[in-house]
Amino acid sequence: MLEVRNLSKSFGGLKAVTDASLDVPEGSIVGLLGPNGAGKTTCFTMIAGFTKADEGTVRFKGQDITGLPPHRICALGMIRTFQIVQPFAGLTVQENIAVGAYLHHHKRQEAMTVARDVGKRLGMGAMLDRPASSLTIAGRKRLELARALATGAKLLLLDEVMAGLIPSEITEIVGIIRKIRDEGHTFLMIEHVMQAVMSLAETAYVLNQGKMIAHGPPRELVRDPSVVEAYLGHGAAARLQEESHA
Amino acid sequence: MKSQSIGQLALAAAAVAYLLSVYFASSPVWMGFTINALIIAVVAMSWNITGGFGGLSSFGHAALYGTGAYASAILQVKYGVNALVGFAAGILAGAAMGAFIGALAFRYGLRGSYFALVTLAFAEVLRICASSFEFTGGGSGLQLKLAPGLANLQFADRTVVYTALLIVVAVVMILTALIKYSRFGAYLIAVRENEDAARALGIDTYRIKVQAMAISGAFGGLAGVLYLQLWLFIDSTVVYGSAVSVEALIGPIIGGAGTVWGPLLGTLGLHLLGEGAKHLLPNAPGLNFVLYAVVLICALRFLPQGLVGLAGKFGAFTKKQEADDA
Repeated sequence: MLEVRNLSKSFGGLKAVTDASLDVPEGSIVGLLGPNGAGKTTCFTMIAGFTKADEGTVRFKGQDITGLPPHRICALGMIRTFQIVQPFAGLTVQENIAVGAYLHHHKRQEAMTVARDVGKRLGMGAMLDRPASSLTIAGRKRLELARALATGAKLLLLDEVMAGLIPSEITEIVGIIRKIRDEGHTFLMIEHVMQAVMSLAETAYVLNQGKMIAHGPPRELVRDPSVVEAYLGHGAAARLQEESHA
Repeated sequence: MKSQSIGQLALAAAAVAYLLSVYFASSPVWMGFTINALIIAVVAMSWNITGGFGGLSSFGHAALYGTGAYASAILQVKYGVNALVGFAAGILAGAAMGAFIGALAFRYGLRGSYFALVTLAFAEVLRICASSFEFTGGGSGLQLKLAPGLANLQFADRTVVYTALLIVVAVVMILTALIKYSRFGAYLIAVRENEDAARALGIDTYRIKVQAMAISGAFGGLAGVLYLQLWLFIDSTVVYGSAVSVEALIGPIIGGAGTVWGPLLGTLGLHLLGEGAKHLLPNAPGLNFVLYAVVLICALRFLPQGLVGLAGKFGAFTKKQEADDA
């Protein structure tokens, strides 16, 4: 569904992302992992059209979308969420979701109906009339997801949708994401919460210092020496090996 | 849809009661004062579209107001065009100027105080141009011929003028409400709250902002034409002066930016206050502007949502009914 090839981006002398490639097959949940500053969010901003890539191509449903502005990409059916969630204050939860729904439903009544349906599907039925600014972090993350779904997008790029949540909330949102996937959506998610990645993602890519260093099923990745070293430092893999043998 | 609170209804009712009481006061001074306030209220509603809903705080709405007034005046004085055509042309010219300023400013991603400064610069440049060129009447301005009659949009009877203005104000408010509860309005608010999130949700934010400037320009141009038809005379300071720009933003901020009633309430309230100050201290001209400043500072500090927001805290209806419907 999504093919990213040799994406590169530098800011001044800093190479944020070098030659990153990844594939997201339709109906799958793919993780994008990596330590802080690895370039994950930069990857997202390039894929979703927020910043221009220096090099590389992005293809979505077989169509070359490299360099298209975000609103065009969204209209094609791919949407990103933000790590720092900022609901549209001054609007209710339902109106917030409706902003997404307006993309394909131009009438207010239709958009609001779609918004209510999406909200209920994400377990936000009781909050629909509340001002969005009154939501807790967990509520805001859900709202972010709901707004994205309401646009009718089929591929969702989730940027740390679990960050800042307590374990019970994570369990809930993992369930929600799985449900949405089963309804025919595809996910590419940046995530630090390994519990979530392990239980959701079929495959994951690991980015370190702007380069893809590994990819495969998450269970294998956590044993991959290059991945362990990316997180824990040079030589860490060998030391861990020794300790587990000792 | 957000429900109104009792406080907001009371505030709106008070404004309507005041506007109707002018009919019975039979005081030409009072009516003349209210007529002026209503014209400014239309500029305030113009500012409210961009500044209130879109968060695009312009400091140069005089550019739109003046362009509307000048377009109509030039057509009528220099080309003998009918006042009704001039009226429409003024609105269109305002919209075109708004779209032009918006297209240019947003093309380069100007926001916040940079946008405010650019709009101010536009208004000032236009003011200087209008006072220099021959076809704008130069320093002596443009004067319409006195010819009362509906075809010329000139009315000898002040009550008729007042009624016509009330209708215009009502129409602009209805349009504002329609915008607020439309797809465009939701997009505009989304742009105000978080432009990046808006872009991610498929909104062409550049287009929305330019459209907002065009609509705001149409309202601003309309206000300029109203002024022209009322006074039959304009010059560069009167319609392009920064006093207009200040009045355009101060009313909505005090009344409640991004609300339907805010601009009207704020403008009426301020003008009443200014008028009261003039009567209390007749020897201090310009005191009303000092008062405006004090009120503006207090409003910014204590009433972030303006009078409408304050009134909303009193007697808010519960949302129970709607929840039951759902």
